[in-house]
Amino acid sequence: MKVVHYLNQFFGGVGGEEFADTPPNFLEGPVGPGNLLNQILPEGSQIVGTIVCGDNYAVENQQDIVSFVNAKVKEARADLFVAGPCFNAGRYGMSAGAVCEAVKSESDIPVVTAMSEENPGVDVYRGEVLIVDSGSSPANMRDVLVRIANLGAKLANDETVGPPSAEGYIPQGFLRTEFVEKTAAQRLAEMLMAKLNGESFEPEIPVTTFEPIPVPLMTTEIAKAKIALVTDGGLVPRSNPDNLPRAFSRVWGAYSIDERPKLLEEDFEVAHGGYDNAHVQQDPNRLVPVDVMREMERSGAIGSLHEEFLSTTGNSNPLENSRRIGREMAQRLKEAGVDAVILTST
Amino acid sequence: MTTEMEKAGIPVAQVTPMTLVAETVGSNRIIRGRSIVHPLGDVNLAPEEEHELRRMLVQRALDALASEDRTTA
Repeated sequence: MKVVHYLNQFFGGVGGEEFADTPPNFLEGPVGPGNLLNQILPEGSQIVGTIVCGDNYAVENQQDIVSFVNAKVKEARADLFVAGPCFNAGRYGMSAGAVCEAVKSESDIPVVTAMSEENPGVDVYRGEVLIVDSGSSPANMRDVLVRIANLGAKLANDETVGPPSAEGYIPQGFLRTEFVEKTAAQRLAEMLMAKLNGESFEPEIPVTTFEPIPVPLMTTEIAKAKIALVTDGGLVPRSNPDNLPRAFSRVWGAYSIDERPKLLEEDFEVAHGGYDNAHVQQDPNRLVPVDVMREMERSGAIGSLHEEFLSTTGNSNPLENSRRIGREMAQRLKEAGVDAVILTST
Repeated sequence: MTTEMEKAGIPVAQVTPMTLVAETVGSNRIIRGRSIVHPLGDVNLAPEEEHELRRMLVQRALDALASEDRTTA
């Protein structure tokens, strides 16, 4: 098995923060922690080359680093691509996630990286990329490399990868079918009894927690702000051009309202199976209040109404998916210079 | 979706009948919408009254955006 390894400038031995602008470089064989990984890899496997790149360069030139890595992985005819471990290093984690995702889709070979759960790369890439939970301390290096090697070998040999707790990677948010002895009712009753008796029990679905985030402040006054309307109520133009499904939507749309004084019944429809659509269908402004926003635009109460509204279907949507949609929408709104959003939910 | 937009620095006012859900997931500026089937409307009102209701809800959203505090209005 041929392995190509990606490291940042620090672990690649180039230097510290003052070398974070270093462009990517390809070196034959293992470098830095790759030397240890090379020993741990199963017999007949070896690191054939290492890409070392500065953290700032990688984040600021993502297209460049992705093309560079893709080219080197192909030249080396690699069977496995490994990035990191990145521990808590945010830029390193973001770059490792980006190159892993790119190699996976371009070369169709297994990819593995490692980060701490707090690394921002985890939020963005854990669905697509297998990320070993490295913790935050590089003192765990050997243990983390062992798990990377095990997972990498399993993936490369097309063996089944076990659940996150057994293999030591960060949950990807997938549900897998497995056989169990007891019915759901029996398991639930046991959990309930354990709870009543003050004993510990493991829920089968992870309990999601939501961290409050600071309230972002307006940078312009409302009377000068460009405000966008966003909805999760599934309003789409007639014929539903982006094929928004009525539930479990992975997609969203941006629809022009330029020069529309209000939304008309004949121009829109609703793609949402979670509520009775009749009233919104009859008057779409009940969901996306373009009529009132136009009045406020004319009266000077707001600066302007953004020329398109964004829409998705917030019905039975897994959290990770909604977050991704939120991030993608945010990027589009940022690029359009939108100052604030009114989001309407059913 | 609100928190991801706010993480990107865009203030969001969320109009929803399910304010508890919005609070739980971390939305900062929440306005109670009229109902699930018409968050910014009410079919039981006369057209002018319904329009006035919608105007009031949008105004609350704008007030919430201008505020520096977490709000549920």
